[in-house]
Amino acid sequence: MKFDIYDFTSFNQYIDSFLYNNLPPLWAMIVEMVLISVVFLIMYAVVGLFLVYWERKFCGFIQNRVGPNRVGPYGIIQTVADLLKLLVKEMVPIKKADKLLFTLAPFIVIVCTFMTLAALPVSKGLHALDFNIGVFYIMAISSMSVIGVLLAGWSSNNKYSLIGAMRSGAMIVSYELSVGLSLVTMCVLAGSMQLSVIVEGQRDGWFIFTGHIPAFIAFIVFLIAGTAETNRGPFDLAEAESELTAGFHTEYSGFKFAFFYLAEYMNLFLISAVAATVFWGGWMPFHISGLVNFNEVMDFIPPFVWFFGKTFVVLCFIMLFKWTFPRLRIDQLLRLEWKYLLPINLVNILLMALVVLMGWHFGK
Amino acid sequence: MKSIYQYFAGMFKGIWSLLVGMSVTTSYLFRPWTIVVQQYPENRKGGRGRSHKKLEMFDRFKGELIMPHNEANEHKCTACGICEINCPNGTITVISDQELVDGKKKRFLDKHIYRLGMCSFCGLCVKTCPSKALSFIPTFEHSVFDRTKLTKVLNMPDSKLMKGVE
Repeated sequence: MKFDIYDFTSFNQYIDSFLYNNLPPLWAMIVEMVLISVVFLIMYAVVGLFLVYWERKFCGFIQNRVGPNRVGPYGIIQTVADLLKLLVKEMVPIKKADKLLFTLAPFIVIVCTFMTLAALPVSKGLHALDFNIGVFYIMAISSMSVIGVLLAGWSSNNKYSLIGAMRSGAMIVSYELSVGLSLVTMCVLAGSMQLSVIVEGQRDGWFIFTGHIPAFIAFIVFLIAGTAETNRGPFDLAEAESELTAGFHTEYSGFKFAFFYLAEYMNLFLISAVAATVFWGGWMPFHISGLVNFNEVMDFIPPFVWFFGKTFVVLCFIMLFKWTFPRLRIDQLLRLEWKYLLPINLVNILLMALVVLMGWHFGK
Repeated sequence: MKSIYQYFAGMFKGIWSLLVGMSVTTSYLFRPWTIVVQQYPENRKGGRGRSHKKLEMFDRFKGELIMPHNEANEHKCTACGICEINCPNGTITVISDQELVDGKKKRFLDKHIYRLGMCSFCGLCVKTCPSKALSFIPTFEHSVFDRTKLTKVLNMPDSKLMKGVE
């Protein structure tokens, strides 16, 4: 067995064969599932806690403030303290709420983020689900989380929640189109929907460089539509504080609220991770074909560092949107999608098809 | 044709204005020394960085009412009671006493009581005092565990009226 931080394939195969040699197949499968779920839970918790902290620090700097700075050095344990507070808080029961749906809604939202997380290629070999329709799977699952939002709004027995949920529904249904089409544009360039193939295809240059103009347009569209899909930033109509108190999670408290909160930040992470994977090469290091020494230096940085680094940069961009732009009205929101993003996207797909057909793209 | 021009012109104008906004926020993001927030308990002593600048109150900050005394333990209060009359919320009580000077009765200050917890810092007492016996100092850390500690006697024990103040 060889433990290699550049390629986890042999390490994973070693664990797999070890389990299947020593346990009956059913038990081996169960143990593997538990192991993977524990890994994802840890990743989920760490990423979620870090993002909440980083967002507060980030917006503090933008607004000439300091941000959290009391709990631990530079306030890094602040979110742990917040989480502990949310864990021990009372879950207020709502009169005349639909009890089952009210309890179910946060779980739907959080399960969707978990399922999307499983499809992300973190490093070579660190990839739980590698479907041949990986991009399609991510699009399908991430748009499912709107069901949780709608259920939360409906079951709360509160008109503000319902309005927030309906807005969220209208928004996600329309912006899902742009997310999908911009990803399809990149699938045209990659020639595959399998995420591992997409990442491998960027060995000699990330798609944002090899696909030049159409890839860049697709990236901008994806960034805008992805921000809308996470219910964040200038598109946070679903929880417009000034109009709807807190939108669909007005009535939620304690741990159920923590679920929504965590899922929001995980969605942010997932959208940035998908953008980093499809446009910026995922875990693939930065390569310039021809410069052998430079490429070897870049290969020296472990792939998961590349993945998380790229995700972090995209994520900071989305955070910058949130803390710069004012919130859109619902009609402005839908106009932006249907009159600007969608036509641009459709033309962009044609352009990308032309580029691929004529071989005008770089690399390969 | 014009509508097509308007469509693209509006789009690029919008993108430009968004980029301008983002350049402002990004410039602040990468300049942490522009932070204006003062970090309170740390900045009492002063330290590195702008947010740890030594905390100093302004000259005219009304922190607490005092009665200045000179080295000979003398104040300027004649116990006329104008401050007590002018105080809008009964913060000041002037307790005076009388003594015989050259066969004439003369009033002198026994206790000038000031209740910090009730004071609204309007400054009327300082403004109306005919002999300028009162003034504000810029202290601000006034929290105590017992409310009675907020009631203060402003004149020092055994203090006298300054010569020449009537």
